[in-house]
Amino acid sequence: MVQQQAALLKPESLVAEFKKNGVTHIVTIPDSETNYLYELMQEQDWLTVVPTSREGETFAIALGLIVGGKVPVCVIQNTGMMESGDSIRGMSLDAGFPLVMLIGYRGWTRHGVITDSAARYTETFLHAMGINYYLLEGDDDASRISVAFEEARSQSRPVAVLVGDEYHGFNRV
Amino acid sequence: MFDSSDMFRAFQPHRGRAIVLVTGTSGRDWREVSDNENRDLSLQGAMGQTNTAALGFALAQPDEKVVLFDSEGSLQMNMGVLGTVAGMKPSNFVHFLMDNECYATTGGQPVPNATDINYAGMAREAGYKKTFSFDNLEEFTNNIEQIMKEEGPVFVAMKMIPKIENEPIGRRVRKPQRSRAETIKVLQSELGITAA
Repeated sequence: MVQQQAALLKPESLVAEFKKNGVTHIVTIPDSETNYLYELMQEQDWLTVVPTSREGETFAIALGLIVGGKVPVCVIQNTGMMESGDSIRGMSLDAGFPLVMLIGYRGWTRHGVITDSAARYTETFLHAMGINYYLLEGDDDASRISVAFEEARSQSRPVAVLVGDEYHGFNRV
Repeated sequence: MFDSSDMFRAFQPHRGRAIVLVTGTSGRDWREVSDNENRDLSLQGAMGQTNTAALGFALAQPDEKVVLFDSEGSLQMNMGVLGTVAGMKPSNFVHFLMDNECYATTGGQPVPNATDINYAGMAREAGYKKTFSFDNLEEFTNNIEQIMKEEGPVFVAMKMIPKIENEPIGRRVRKPQRSRAETIKVLQSELGITAA
């Protein structure tokens, strides 16, 4: 039986999902794997990119934006998500507003052994915080961002989208 | 150094319709002075992040003046916010810093390098459009009208008399404060903001 390789996750698919869900602001710290996504987001006239100094800031800025009537998404890496523990607790979970966070899943692999502790603790961290999540591995999974938005809005809480395709899908080759 | 209640009383006549956020021990004095509680917003809830939450609100509502009374303990936990604010250039944002040189709520232990940090200098070099420093009420009072007319982001460092709390938490008498959720609900109603 021949298996076809899933289409690589395209930054354009992510941006299309943001537009579909009315996203107004991306609050982010770029990482090396998301370079082209960052450039693409900056090119959109309907989207404001808010660069931050540390990942914990993204959830607080997002709360301020939400209270002000906007629709932010936090785009950070899993290492930064773990750094943001108190901010996620106090500014997102306790606040009780819908928020989608797009998390670069550094070190994740479906095949072989995960050796990067950043990946080993990512889902454990989300479980501990009680945050549900969806995994993107290829372009066909991009619609899961909309699923995350629906869940976040219906439950007024944060939902994570883990991007497990970061090592080739985000950079323009 | 000057008293935070006196500082708030000097600020109040120049508030206009600004949305005001406070944090830290000194910030608790604002509620007794504010004459427009519907425009007071609490976005406290995580260490060192009230300042970034205030920035988020200022970005969401660029036609509203947003005034934050931050504390130096909070700012030291999140010094990167100076660059984050300066980078976004919110012209409607005024960032006051109430510097009492200590963690007043935990017994008055000094913050790192408590007496020798030039916070206004840091904000200026980070890229704030205008910065000020005050260590007495008279100078602050003489300048607050002009400060509120400046285009942001503006940073105002003020040396505040610490109001140190030494009682165990359970025995402290707390000034009544509105909950974060209540302030959000009232302000969103005041501004006609509905969930996006």
